[in-house]
Amino acid sequence: MSYEIVIGLEVHLQLNTKSKVFCGCSTDFGSAPNSQACPVCLGFPGSLPVLNRKALELGAKVAIALNCRIAEKIRFDRKNYFYPDLPKDYQISQFNQPLAQAGALNIICGETEKNIRIRRVHLEEDTGKLFHQKDSSLIDFNRSGIPLLEIVSEPDMNSPEEAYLYLTALKSILEYIDVSDCNMEEGSLRCDANISLRKKGDTALGTKTEIKNMNSFKGVKAALEYEARRQADLLENGGRINQETRLYNAEKGVTEPMRSKEEAHDYRYFPEPDLAPFDFEESFLNAIEKDMPELPEPKKNRFVKDYQLSNYDAAIMASDKGVADYFEKCADLCDNPKTAANWLMGDISAYMKDNNISIKDLSLKPAQLSGMLKMIDSGIITGKVAKTLLIEIIQTGKDPEKLVKEKGLEQISDINLLEAAINQVIAENQKSAEDFRSGKDNAVMFLVGKVMQKTKGRANPNKVNEMLREKLKGVK
Amino acid sequence: MAINRDAVKYTANLANIELSDEELDHFTGQLDRILAYVDKLNTLNVTNLEPTSHVLEMKNVYREDFVKKSLPASEVIKNAPDKENNLFKVPKIIDTEA
Amino acid sequence: MELNTLTGHRLIELLDKKDISPIDICNNIINKIEKAEKNLNALAHFDKENSLERCKNLSKTARRGALRGIPIFIKDNICVKDELTTCSSKILKGFKPPYNATVIEKLIGLDAVLMGKTNMDEFAFGSSTETSCYGPTRNPWDLERIPGGSSGGSAAAVSADEAIFALGSDTGGSIRQPASVCGVVGLKPTYGRVSRYGLIAFASSLDQIGPITKDVEDAAILLRAISGHDEMDSTSANIPVPDYMSGIKKSIKGLRLGIPKEYFMGGMDEEVKNSIKSAIEKLENLGAVCENTSLPHTEYAVSVYYLVATAEASSNLARFDGVQYGLRPENIKSIANMYKKTRKEGFGDEAKRRIILGTFALSSGYYDAYYLKALKVRTLIKKDFDEAFKKFDAIITPTSPTAAFKIGEKISDPLTMYLSDIFTISANLAGIPGISIPCGFTKSNLPIGLQILGKPFDEEMILRIAYNYEQNTEWHKRRPQL
Repeated sequence: MSYEIVIGLEVHLQLNTKSKVFCGCSTDFGSAPNSQACPVCLGFPGSLPVLNRKALELGAKVAIALNCRIAEKIRFDRKNYFYPDLPKDYQISQFNQPLAQAGALNIICGETEKNIRIRRVHLEEDTGKLFHQKDSSLIDFNRSGIPLLEIVSEPDMNSPEEAYLYLTALKSILEYIDVSDCNMEEGSLRCDANISLRKKGDTALGTKTEIKNMNSFKGVKAALEYEARRQADLLENGGRINQETRLYNAEKGVTEPMRSKEEAHDYRYFPEPDLAPFDFEESFLNAIEKDMPELPEPKKNRFVKDYQLSNYDAAIMASDKGVADYFEKCADLCDNPKTAANWLMGDISAYMKDNNISIKDLSLKPAQLSGMLKMIDSGIITGKVAKTLLIEIIQTGKDPEKLVKEKGLEQISDINLLEAAINQVIAENQKSAEDFRSGKDNAVMFLVGKVMQKTKGRANPNKVNEMLREKLKGVK
Repeated sequence: MAINRDAVKYTANLANIELSDEELDHFTGQLDRILAYVDKLNTLNVTNLEPTSHVLEMKNVYREDFVKKSLPASEVIKNAPDKENNLFKVPKIIDTEA
Repeated sequence: MELNTLTGHRLIELLDKKDISPIDICNNIINKIEKAEKNLNALAHFDKENSLERCKNLSKTARRGALRGIPIFIKDNICVKDELTTCSSKILKGFKPPYNATVIEKLIGLDAVLMGKTNMDEFAFGSSTETSCYGPTRNPWDLERIPGGSSGGSAAAVSADEAIFALGSDTGGSIRQPASVCGVVGLKPTYGRVSRYGLIAFASSLDQIGPITKDVEDAAILLRAISGHDEMDSTSANIPVPDYMSGIKKSIKGLRLGIPKEYFMGGMDEEVKNSIKSAIEKLENLGAVCENTSLPHTEYAVSVYYLVATAEASSNLARFDGVQYGLRPENIKSIANMYKKTRKEGFGDEAKRRIILGTFALSSGYYDAYYLKALKVRTLIKKDFDEAFKKFDAIITPTSPTAAFKIGEKISDPLTMYLSDIFTISANLAGIPGISIPCGFTKSNLPIGLQILGKPFDEEMILRIAYNYEQNTEWHKRRPQL
C-alpha cells in the first residue's frame, strides 16, 4: 500500500539579543555554570519580568520576513508545567494572541516550488540546561530566559527531503535578517517534528508522533526517514500508531519512545499578570520594515531577471547573504555575471570548503575576481591559467593584472610561437599524429593537451586546435 | 455537585500535591461548598463583557537591550538544598532530551 | 518615656531635636518585644543583636534620610537580602534571598532601621494569621482572638507597641482587616503605586505592599517612602507621588462621600454597624456630604476573588518545588517524588486547598466557566467603582463585618473564613486604594475599623478624610494593655 507522509515542524530560535528577554543577564554562550543568572531568570520568589524590547523587535522582523500577519495586541501567557529546568514551573509564552500568524515560505524541490504555510510565530523564554550523571541531574540556568521564537509550520511537507528544504530555506531567511546565530550545535536553533502517514488520496490526517532531540538538519531528515518507515511498517502489518513523543537516537539512527511516563498535559494557560500588554504602533513596525533587507526569494528572482542566471544558479547565489552580496559586486564589475556565478559555485566554493572558511573570511576581493574574469573574457589569459592564478591571488593578495605580468601568464596567440611549440609536439608524438591522419579525430585533443603542457597552459587552445588540424592535414 | 473526589485527585496531581485519602475526602467537601458558593456568578450574563486581567490601563512597558550584572554563581546556588560545582542538583531525570 | 509607644512623626521630631537617638528607640522596642512577644507571637524572625547592629551602623552616618532611624518591621513575604524570608511557610525553610525588594531598598535609602520579619498567614492565605507555620499571632486586645490576617503579625506588633512602622501586603484585605481588628491604621495603595518587586507573589494582579502604623500621619510618611515607579516592576505606574503631608491636612468640607448600601446588609455585627454610622455622622459634622449609593456587584466579589486569586496563586506557588531553595525532604527517589513530597510536607492545608482550587479554575474544561467568567465579572465590579467615583470623592464602608473573632472559630470552615473579607476584596479587584482607621470599640473592648476607598492614585484623598476624622476623635489613642 502506498502512503503519503505528512510533516509539520516546530522550530525554536534563540534571538540574538545582548540581554535576556525578561532581565538584564547576558546571553553569551559558554560561560561558567550559573554565572549569567539573576533573581528574575532564576524565578526567585518576588522577582518580576520586564520585556526586552529588542526581543519583540527581532520577533516582529522574523514575522514580517515570513509574510505573517502581525497581531495588533501582543499578550503573554503563562504555560504551567513542572520541569526542573523551568525555574518558575511555568514558562512565559504566548497562547491566545501570538506575535504573528498565517505566514508562508517557498521551498524549491527540484524544478518545482512549493509553498509551506507558517501557522504561528510566538515569543517565549528559554529554559535552563540539564546535565545528566549516573545518579543525578544538574541544572545550569545561564540559558534560562534567553528569548526564544517558536515558529510553527502547517503540516504541509510530504517528505523528509521537503522538511530538510524547509529548514534550509528558513535558516537562509533568518540569517539574512540577522536575528539569530542559527547554530543547531549550540542550540540556538532547535527543531521538533510532527509526522503522520495517510493513505494516498485520504484527506483526514493519520495519528502523529512527535520527534524530538535532533541535532542537525541532516539529523531531522534521517529521523523523519526512519520514522516514516517505522510507521509504514506498522501500518502494513495491521498495527496502530501511538500518539506519543519519540526521541531520535542519532547513534543508532532510530526514534525511541520516551521512557518516562507521559503525564496528561494541561498547561492551564492564562494571561501573565506580571507583564503589561503590548500594542504594536505603526511606527514600530514601519521602522522594522524599512530596515528589512531584500530576502532570498525576491533576490533570486531579481538575479534571474537582471543577470540572466538560471533559476538554479540564482537560488544558490541568493541563499546566503554574504555570497549574494559578493556575487552582485562581481556581476556589476565584470560583464559576465554567469561566469562569476560559475566561479563562485566552482573553484571559490571548493577553496572555501577546503579551508573551512565562509565568504566573509575570503581574502579575494570582488574586484580581483572580476579583474581576473575580464582577462579571461578578453583572451589575455586562458581559463586553465586562471585556476592557478585564483589561488595565487588569494595567497599573495596581489591584483590579477600584476600577477599575470610578473609571471608572464598571458595567453600565447602569436602564430610563430605557437607554431614552434606545435612542430615540437608533432615531432615528439609521431604516433598520435599518424592516428589523426588515419582518421582518429580524437587524437588531436591529445596533441592540444601536449601543446598546452608545453606552454604552461598559456596557449590559446582554440588556436592550437585550429593550427594543429591545418598542419597535420597539410603534411599529409 | 460542583466537584467530585476524582476531579480533586486529578487536579491535586496536576499541582503536584499529594493528598491522603482522608485529606481527599475532606478537601472534596470543602471545595465543593466553595464552588457551590461561587456558582452565584452563573446568575450574571457575561456574554458581552471583556475580561479584566489587568486592572490598570497600561501597555508597552519594556526595557532596552542592555546587559546588567548577574548574581555571582555562589549567590545563585547559596540556597540550594543540593548542589555540585555551582550547579543545582536533583534526582536523575530519566529521559535525556536536550 | 517609652519611645516605642510614640508615633513615627513624633519620634522624628525628637530625633531632629537630638533629644533621643535611634538606639534609644531600638532599645525600647527590644524591651517591649522581650516582654510581650511570648504571648503575642507577632514576629517570625527577629534577632536583637542584628537589629542593634543595624541601628549602630546607621548612627555613624549623617542620618538625613526621611525616616532618620525609625525602626520598621517587614512582613515575612517581602524579600530582605540575606535575611530569612519564608512567607511563614515550611516550604521556604531557611530561605535567604540574594536581593532586596524595591521597598526595602527605598527604606534603607531613607535610613529606616530594619528590625525583623512579622508573622503572617502562610503565603498570605488567610484572614487570621492562624495558618502560619510559626503558630498563630494573638490579638493584643484579647489574646484569645485573632489579629486578623494575613498581615496579622505586622498589625499586632504595631498595636502592641512592638513596632513603630510595619509593612504589610494586601491581596484581598490583608492590610486593612488586621489593622481594623488590631485598632491601628492600614493602607492598601492603588495597584501599581508601590513596586511589587521582591514581594513574594500571592495573586500578582491584586497584591500591593502598604503601611501599617499607629496613626494616619505615619501612614502618609511611610506610604510616601515606599511609593513610586520602579523599572523592575512592569505593573508599576509612572505617576508622580505627591508629598501627602500638605494635602491631608486640608479640611474635608464639601467633599462628597458615598455610602454603598451593599456594605450594610445581613450578617453584619450590630456594634460594628453602629460605630460606622456614628463615624459617618462625624464626617458629616466635619462638613463632608454623605450620600447613599450602590455598588451593585458587591455580592459577587468574594466569588470572583477566590477564583482569580487562587488561579494566580496556583501558578505563582508552582516554583516551590525543592529544586533551588527551601525545603527538600529526605529520601527522595525521583523528580516526581521530589515534587510531591516537598509540596506535601512544605505546604499547610490552606495553601494546598487554594492551590487545588486555583488549578481547578484554570484547568482544561473549567477555564471558561470559572476563571474567565470571574475575570468578566471583575470588569463589572470595576465599573461599579468607576461609576461611583464620577459622583463621589471617596466611599465609606466598614472594614470588616465583625470585630476580631476567636482563634479556631473559623479555621475549619474555609468558606466562612473567606466571607470575612467581604468588604475589603472589591478594592483589590478594582485596583483602588483603601485605608482602615480605628472608629470605635465593641462592649468587650475590641477595635472596630472604618474603611475609606478612593479613586485610583488618589491616596491623598483617603488619607485626608482619615486624618480629619482621626484628629477629631480619640480612638487611635487607645492602646491595648499587655
